[in-house]
Amino acid sequence: MGVLSEELRDQIRAQFPKYPNKRAVVLPALHLVQDAQRSVSIEAVREIAELLELHPSEVHDTMSFYQFFKDEKHKLGKHRVWVCRSISCMLRGGEELLQHMCEKLHVHPGQTSADGKITMEFAECLGACEGAPCILVDDEAHMNITPEKADALLKSL
Amino acid sequence: MPTFEPTLLARVGKPDSASLETYLRDGGYEGFKKALAMPPVDVINLVKDSGLRGRGGAGFPTGLKWTFLPKDHAGPIYLAINADESEPATFNNRILMEEDPHQILEGIAISCFAIKSNKAYIYLRYEYGRSYRVLQKAVDECYAKGLFGKNIHGTGFDLDVVLHRGAAAYICGEETGLIESLEGKRAWPRIKPPFPAIEGLFRKPTIVNNIETMACVKQILDRGSAWFKSLGVPPDPNNPRDAGSYGPKLYCISGHVNKPGCVELPMGITTRELIDKHAGGVWKGRKAKAVVPGGISMGFLSAEELDLPLDFNGPGKAGCLGLGTAAITVIDDETSMVDVLFNCARFFAHESCGQCTPCREGTAWMHKILARIRMGEGQLRDLDLLVEVASSMGIIPGTTICGLSDGAAWPIKNAIKKFRGEFEEYIRTGRKTVKPSDALMEVH
Repeated sequence: MGVLSEELRDQIRAQFPKYPNKRAVVLPALHLVQDAQRSVSIEAVREIAELLELHPSEVHDTMSFYQFFKDEKHKLGKHRVWVCRSISCMLRGGEELLQHMCEKLHVHPGQTSADGKITMEFAECLGACEGAPCILVDDEAHMNITPEKADALLKSL
Repeated sequence: MPTFEPTLLARVGKPDSASLETYLRDGGYEGFKKALAMPPVDVINLVKDSGLRGRGGAGFPTGLKWTFLPKDHAGPIYLAINADESEPATFNNRILMEEDPHQILEGIAISCFAIKSNKAYIYLRYEYGRSYRVLQKAVDECYAKGLFGKNIHGTGFDLDVVLHRGAAAYICGEETGLIESLEGKRAWPRIKPPFPAIEGLFRKPTIVNNIETMACVKQILDRGSAWFKSLGVPPDPNNPRDAGSYGPKLYCISGHVNKPGCVELPMGITTRELIDKHAGGVWKGRKAKAVVPGGISMGFLSAEELDLPLDFNGPGKAGCLGLGTAAITVIDDETSMVDVLFNCARFFAHESCGQCTPCREGTAWMHKILARIRMGEGQLRDLDLLVEVASSMGIIPGTTICGLSDGAAWPIKNAIKKFRGEFEEYIRTGRKTVKPSDALMEVH
């Protein structure tokens, strides 16, 4: 038994019928593993590759392109919070909001709070520009965020 | 002139607008049924006759693109739906997906039937979690109701629709980058030709279309091509390459306006009307200094250029790259254009996939120069240097595979041309607008 549980393996296998080949399952598999384990370790990469009948370097090559996926040295906290720094948010205080939230948690973007709860990141446009500045908590968008609203949100996590 | 009634957004905001039940009650999937009773080629011709141009940004005629597929191909043929909307300031597809997913799915079903494809992949950006959940539920409803699956309505037509989530990378919105990403690889755009219609996803003929385009296809089946063509503006007789800008369009407006949001209007509305009538005017009683007409890669309109129509042709007349995604961002007169341009340059430097040297190096270099100016350490000759770097990048000089570098270079060239005085003043006075948050932006 490796680092991927049988349940996780079954979830990955369940993706196979959707595509004409197994390589197309690389992104879905990386998502499943990262969601469950908060990072994708080298061992997990090896095991994904075995399931998809690929060389581990092929999976790693794809994974390393998307900064979205984290290795075991950069494990995500329980929640991932993104603050948009793109133009519409920047014009309405997105960058100041990022600074406020980072100071609150004593982290730099990309780092996780000491209690392991929250990983803070900046995002390149979250596509919620009508509600600028906006943030994404895991994959749920929150709009028109003020520093006070941000504090309340962080507290609720 | 009769008042314009929204069609693409007609159901948005109504109770339970995302459910199949309300969609069917509102006459949903009738267009798909109509298509199923037609020869596929007639569906293609209907879309061709409507003059529909793709809503993703490039504005290529949709029906014409469909005819590029090889004739009598044994299959499979794929439809890949680009739902990776990542151009900064763009969010029209999200509204459609979250509020009226069946309108999109019906457009996909019609398009698949037309191009003889039995499989559609929707490549959805990861950040749209809500869109994902709403769309997945809608897809499941369609399978349960027999609208997707095998032998739909006893016609012998099979259709599978798969939702595929991306991983937060702008380049996945480039059609061949999207294809590579869907195949499980890094999203490095492919050299064209071969174009995807000949050799695309899994090396099979593939059509890549945008979400809003799919909604238009559905409306064309319901209301006919003449209705679609009755909206918008005909081709400019002085421009032999203009194919006209027909139909309704979703304009999303954000930045320094009182009422940001997404509105549906006929093509050809002016920027000024859009800001004053539909977005509540510029905020805090200020004036607009510049407007991004369609996502940051398109460049800027100055305050004097706000009466140009926002059709496929309009922004180009003011030296912009085009209409792009029709994502309008308003910048007020108290904002520094140096800060705005720095923000644009930083975005492209971060999102260049790194495959082509001029883009990888050029975007990073332009970002560095602008950072230097913003630190109060710029020199006047930096402006010429920026233009020189920008002019050496992209498909137009033929140095890169995809258009990202053109999109990165255009706002630089365009802003320095239109706002040179402001940039010079900034440098000459040693002004500095760098923010404390900038120090945080370095990745740790």
